[in-house]
Amino acid sequence: MTTAFVPLLLIGVLTCSGVYLLLERNLTRMLLGLLLVGNAINLLILTVGGPSGNPPIYGRTSSGRTTTADPLVQGMILTAIVISMGSAAFVLALAYRSYRLTTAEEVPDDPEDARVLQQKEDEADEDVVRPQPQRDEDEPAELDELPLPSKTESQRT
Amino acid sequence: MSVGSALTPLPVLIPIGGAALTMFLGRRPRLQRAITLAALSALVAVCAALIYLTDRHGTIAVDVGGWGQTVPGLGPLGIALVVDRLSALMMIVSSIVLLAVVLYAIGQGIRDGDERQPVSIFLPTYLVLAAGVCDAFLAGDLFNLFVAFEVLLTASFVLLTIGATTDRVRAGIAYVMVSMVSSLIFLFGIALIYAATGTLNMAELALRLSHVAPGTRSALFAVLLVAFGIKAAVFPLSTWLPDSYPTAPAPVTAVFAGLLTKVGVYAIIRAHSLLFPGGGLDTVLLVAALLTMLIGVLGAIAQSDIKRLLSFTLVSHIGYMVFGIALATRPGMAGAIFYVAHHIIVQTTLFLVAGLIERQAGASTLRRLGGLAAASPLLAMLFLLPALNLGGIPPFSGFLGKVALLQAGAQDGSVLAWVLVGGSVTTSLLTLYVLARVYSKAFWRSRADAPEGALAAASPTVLLDDADDVAFIDRADVGRMPVGMLVPTMGLIGVGLSLTVLAGPIFSYADRAAAEVLDRQQYISAVLR
Repeated sequence: MTTAFVPLLLIGVLTCSGVYLLLERNLTRMLLGLLLVGNAINLLILTVGGPSGNPPIYGRTSSGRTTTADPLVQGMILTAIVISMGSAAFVLALAYRSYRLTTAEEVPDDPEDARVLQQKEDEADEDVVRPQPQRDEDEPAELDELPLPSKTESQRT
Repeated sequence: MSVGSALTPLPVLIPIGGAALTMFLGRRPRLQRAITLAALSALVAVCAALIYLTDRHGTIAVDVGGWGQTVPGLGPLGIALVVDRLSALMMIVSSIVLLAVVLYAIGQGIRDGDERQPVSIFLPTYLVLAAGVCDAFLAGDLFNLFVAFEVLLTASFVLLTIGATTDRVRAGIAYVMVSMVSSLIFLFGIALIYAATGTLNMAELALRLSHVAPGTRSALFAVLLVAFGIKAAVFPLSTWLPDSYPTAPAPVTAVFAGLLTKVGVYAIIRAHSLLFPGGGLDTVLLVAALLTMLIGVLGAIAQSDIKRLLSFTLVSHIGYMVFGIALATRPGMAGAIFYVAHHIIVQTTLFLVAGLIERQAGASTLRRLGGLAAASPLLAMLFLLPALNLGGIPPFSGFLGKVALLQAGAQDGSVLAWVLVGGSVTTSLLTLYVLARVYSKAFWRSRADAPEGALAAASPTVLLDDADDVAFIDRADVGRMPVGMLVPTMGLIGVGLSLTVLAGPIFSYADRAAAEVLDRQQYISAVLR
């Protein structure tokens, strides 16, 4: 059995580009990557189904071919296309929602994960009550509302 | 047409039909709930009938559509649905868990602000998830398995991001991306297997794959293992799980933790013993199992949020099942099957109890919790029983499952198996340590000693996480635990305890299921007839 070289090359190129895009943090690019890889796999399924032939309908021939095309691969690709379309729509909705909420559409870090990672050894113990810095009682209450100056800012000044 | 083959499609049809009906009745929450409960109760009944029939009369295979066969001895033309002892056991345990969790969710919704929760999509999506899970256990060909995975994943995307708050969108993005990549890898594996054999029917594949060159076989198996390993959260592929599960509402996390990873484990069992028996990748699986156990539980030690901590123990205990599967012996497989049933129930129960803790105390992190044993001794009891069960204290089923796996490992006798036996014992001890730490902090110490004990969520939330932090003393009185949440939780604890009481019959069933899975002949002859 011979396999056409061009589809295989195309599958390779599509997969490479798709994986490259998947490694980004930007959601739209990741989605494009997923779609490219998905198309590469669909093409792969089509290629492994054998050479082209008559339409897989009983009694139909097309341009005098003797073999019939494999209907199963076409059914599988159709299913896979529909599924990936639905998922892509969901990812787009998520990306839009993420953009509305955080004005970024990147894959964010897990804040709890970051907190666990950064805590020092004594902080890891939930039994220790850390002393809160005492506030001067004479301070006016409005100062509570003001955001505390962050460390970087105080270092800069 | 026998009773068995008439019942076989029902575990998919009932929830899908229920989902359609509840979708129509989005404006009528009471009717929606009644239909959901009826559908899931019917599911439990059908699964109970199926487990009886398969144990009594052997494997049932149905070719949907009844197109017949092209040549006698080849697979059916349509989609094959197969129930053997393993899938029947998985389905009955899953359906019980699905029913208990939906009761819990409904009980919580009735008590705490139903008007704010998006019921109109929650219950239909939940039923679609149930259909996907059952279809995965029934699937007799690989492509149908892929479709079942997609059905349950799509439903899980919606459930995980319900309400679409910042946290959930963040968790959802990672979860959706990882799941879609794993689906693509699975589809890639399907394409390669189709190229190598020209079929996707699992019974036919079992015969044809033995004629494929060993190197190619290993490559195909490896692709499938990566795809299923992501779903089952086996170590190098497990990091997505603790990041995404804890942000979802309690009942959703509970059902995900119980069922979704186990669907991956089930797929690994099928691929390992039906499609690629005697595979050369057992060593890889054993090492992965060891790392999954140890790294999972070490991750759990560092956590202070109970839900995250439980997610890490979930990853860790997947290692036990992979250990049993990779031994590829009858006792190992029997231990793994028993352990899957035990773990589905106990892990779901623990997440439900975590939901109760969150409701009663207004927090799920150990930085805020304290004094719960005095506030509610009943809650302490509810946490303690499944926690001891998960930690493997005799006489609970966690102990029995672990002993079975340790015996199987000792019987195998190789160096690696002994290392895994040691790793299992260590993991079991560390799990106990982690849970004892939760118990002593959340239940025994005074809340005043918790670093952030003065803060709590303003009010109990149901499906949305929209409560602000307030001072603990300003928190509205949440009252006693709602009966609608208590009864399902206690019911699941009861089911977990019955695994101990009925350990003899259940274990001999698991042993018969393991023999059937390893033998393959019953499965193949039932499908190919």
